[in-house]
Amino acid sequence: MKKALPWILAALCLVWAASGLFPRKARGFDVAAFGRLPVLLNGRIQPFDSVARNALLEIRTRQSVRTEHGQLPAMDWLLELMTQPKRADERKVFRIDNRDVLGLLKLSEEEKYFSFAEIEPHQADLSREGDRVQKIEAAARSSYERGVYKLASAMWMYQRLKATLQPPDATGFVADLEDYAASLAAGVRAVRAREAKEEYDQAAFDRLLGHLSVFDQMSRMSYVRIVPPSDPQVAPEGWDTVGAVLMSSMHGQAVPEAVMHYARMAGAYAAGDTTGFNAAVTAYADRLKASDAQALRKGSAEHAFNRAQLFYKSTVLYVLALLGALSFWFWWNEGLRRGGVWILGAAWVLHTVGLVWRMALEARPPVTNLYSSAIFIGWGAVLLGLLLERIYRDGIGIVVASLIGFATQIIAHNLAIGGDTMEMMRAVLDTNFWLATHVVTITLGYSAMFVAGALALIYILRGVFTASLKKSTADGLARMVYGIICFATLFSFVGTVLGGIWADQSWGRFWGWDPKENGALLIVLWCATMLHARWGGLIRARGLMNMAIVGNIITSFSWFGVNMLGIGLHSYGFMDSAFRWLILFIASQAAVILIGLLPLSMWKSFSRETPTVDGATSV
Amino acid sequence: MSLKGLIDFFSSLRLTVVCLVLALVLVFVGTVAQVELGLYQAQNDFFRRFFVYWAPGDSGIRIPVFPGGYLVGGLLLVNLTVVAFRRFAFSANKSGIWLIHLGLILLFVGQLLTDLLSVESMMHLREGETRNYSERPREAEVVLIERSGAETERVIAVPEWRLKKGGAVPLPGSDLTLVVRQYFRNSSLERLPEGSMHPAAATLGFGASILARELPHVTEMDRRDVPSVIFELKGRGAPEGTWLASEYIDQPQPVLINGKTYELAMRPRREYKPYSITLLDFTHDKYPGTEIPRNFSSRVRLQHPAKGEDREVLIYMNNPLRYDGATFYQASFDTDNLGSVLQVVRNPSWLTPYLSCALVSVGLVVQFLIHLVPFLKRKVRP
Repeated sequence: MKKALPWILAALCLVWAASGLFPRKARGFDVAAFGRLPVLLNGRIQPFDSVARNALLEIRTRQSVRTEHGQLPAMDWLLELMTQPKRADERKVFRIDNRDVLGLLKLSEEEKYFSFAEIEPHQADLSREGDRVQKIEAAARSSYERGVYKLASAMWMYQRLKATLQPPDATGFVADLEDYAASLAAGVRAVRAREAKEEYDQAAFDRLLGHLSVFDQMSRMSYVRIVPPSDPQVAPEGWDTVGAVLMSSMHGQAVPEAVMHYARMAGAYAAGDTTGFNAAVTAYADRLKASDAQALRKGSAEHAFNRAQLFYKSTVLYVLALLGALSFWFWWNEGLRRGGVWILGAAWVLHTVGLVWRMALEARPPVTNLYSSAIFIGWGAVLLGLLLERIYRDGIGIVVASLIGFATQIIAHNLAIGGDTMEMMRAVLDTNFWLATHVVTITLGYSAMFVAGALALIYILRGVFTASLKKSTADGLARMVYGIICFATLFSFVGTVLGGIWADQSWGRFWGWDPKENGALLIVLWCATMLHARWGGLIRARGLMNMAIVGNIITSFSWFGVNMLGIGLHSYGFMDSAFRWLILFIASQAAVILIGLLPLSMWKSFSRETPTVDGATSV
Repeated sequence: MSLKGLIDFFSSLRLTVVCLVLALVLVFVGTVAQVELGLYQAQNDFFRRFFVYWAPGDSGIRIPVFPGGYLVGGLLLVNLTVVAFRRFAFSANKSGIWLIHLGLILLFVGQLLTDLLSVESMMHLREGETRNYSERPREAEVVLIERSGAETERVIAVPEWRLKKGGAVPLPGSDLTLVVRQYFRNSSLERLPEGSMHPAAATLGFGASILARELPHVTEMDRRDVPSVIFELKGRGAPEGTWLASEYIDQPQPVLINGKTYELAMRPRREYKPYSITLLDFTHDKYPGTEIPRNFSSRVRLQHPAKGEDREVLIYMNNPLRYDGATFYQASFDTDNLGSVLQVVRNPSWLTPYLSCALVSVGLVVQFLIHLVPFLKRKVRP
């Protein structure tokens, strides 16, 4: 039984993770089925569910809205916004952190979240400031100006989302569309006659123009392209917004089928008619199955990925594994360690499945932007940690792996607030070959650097503050750090040179001293410094540890810091709070290095042993 | 210091570590300095130098405060080379180390050669346009053009670096000499106002009604200097007086010497090629519903009459055209999407990074395995 326990634990974790994949059959509105419907946004086919989640992340930094009756999921919120905008306007969904922005809008500083209805009375002030800020270069904006810009963009997106399915003030859009279709023939005749300066039917003319002015208004606002192309050959360029297809339908004949389906869904949802809504969703999905099966599959797959929340679940398991390993250090109970290993393993499996699933959805290698680099650094570090644990079986691998796994998932989560994390790749980055080679190797180099740094942190903190760092453990740590640094050197060097070759392929220069290149070079130089200092006998185990922690600083600079210099490729934008965290991280690492420099007599671990601990440790 | 001492010094690991740390600091500071100086200037001030200088205020004094890229790189190269010959006895155990260091030496030498020998220029083409030359963006030349037919012209060019040195420059293929009177690295020109107290820039040609002013050298990435030069042309039949040539003036000035009419101009320095490139079509695709560029591509016709070559090539991001020792990259485009800018790089040592990358990678893997395999054998018990 005792032997089987860890297995059971891991199995339980995976069952819990898989539970999200099989939604219970909804009894009311089948919102899940609606959320699977494919649309085009940001240049890619995605399910409505992703539109909802990313929009809500951008304006509220969360994937759900808190109400008196509990959490309202993103898709439900978006459906409400698109069909009953008046109700949605009362929801507190706009997050405003900057006090000056609150002051501008005369809003209470006590709160964080505000509704559209609360902000709207001051929208003139916001637009005026927004227009002014828009002319300032992004890097030169103050934090107030960035706050204004963010809120103004969020408000604009919010209003555009309202015009996705139907005009924001529509009361009976299905009837309107039918009336439009009925008025079309006579209306077009009247328009032609008027143009030819002949007698025309004023009533028919006005009837058509009344509809068209609404559609025109809508086409200016609308944002998500929800109408599939009539000819699947022109996908994805052929996808268009409801407003735009209605405007062009004037020249053709009928209202596109998809528009009618969506209008029925919107009407039924607003009227609380569950059967009508579900029937309309099913009817439209069946139609797509015949004409755009591929888009429908993509929508379903990404919807399932969103629901599965694998990265979130792996984060929870990393915390559990960390607790397991830390308690193992307290009680030295092998069961705790094994439990930790299995939970960690389960977390890594989830992490891996999420990573591969994302790759399949994007049809890209694992790292395409800063967000996915965080996910991948964590993945690589956990894998290294698991390997170390397999070799040394002393809990250290678990602690390092779960710590980095957890931290990188938190970083990724915060980066996701920027919006769609599966955005399309700019022309120069649009090459799976270089993304798969250069980017992956360099990112694995980061993973290794952070693993070495974390091992060094354990060495110093355990050594100084506890008596638990035995000579054998210390030697083991020294060997691990050395080995991992060799690994980091390999990957960082190869990755950096591959980057140079990519640059040679696309710009004609192998090396251009671009900040991102220099960041990678710094890691290579530091790895080489550590290794040569070790070989030359200039440092011993403790020096190697302190240098490995410096490696943490250099790697974080190269990963995040260079993006904050405001030069080079501006692809990641400027990040205020990230900068604060980076400084905090660097300061904390510097503090540990100072602690590590304390004379050994002040260390709890080695002071009573012979001072030969620093001695021979070579692999 | 004795020779042995010198060799000891250059083959010491301590020197390696010191150089690596210096390089680290240099790269870090040089990266952060790009915020202030821009990439191009920072690159020149920190990396393409033997020393990094500190110039307090406007004193004109330059004090070397830190070793520059050339010095650190050079020391590392010497260190690597001496170590390779002195310390490693060749053995299977050290084969990885050998490969790594050999690769690094190749990389350093290759980069040094690139730095010295590579030439970057631009070719701007509108759709339908044909050119047989590219232009260097940061270098100018003064030219005297003799039209010898409707299609051909004879060009006598003096590059900017030669003008900067001043003095007399004999013009090849003629009995004329150009004597530099004044050279401005960066300048602005304006029409000489009526009754001005200031003298005109020159006595002959356009310069007789123009006021030239020297401007400070600009360092921003997106701006460039506009050079000007005032000079005399000496030789049989050349009119007495001074001429002004400047990149500011975009029309050629007629110069009459010995009954022959030349056109005088200052323009970006050209690299003529024995072949020509015609832009057939430039395309700029975006992802639907976004402003994110998906692809830029130029369809060009490459014609090399001497070789009888005439073919179409598609140049796009990450897919340059390599031809006749030069490489053509898709670099930029006109806002109306009807013109394309190709970057043309002539770099004889472009292959060295590829070779060195292969050598070092293999070396690292070999060395890594040499240590890892026995270690794992010891550690992982069945």
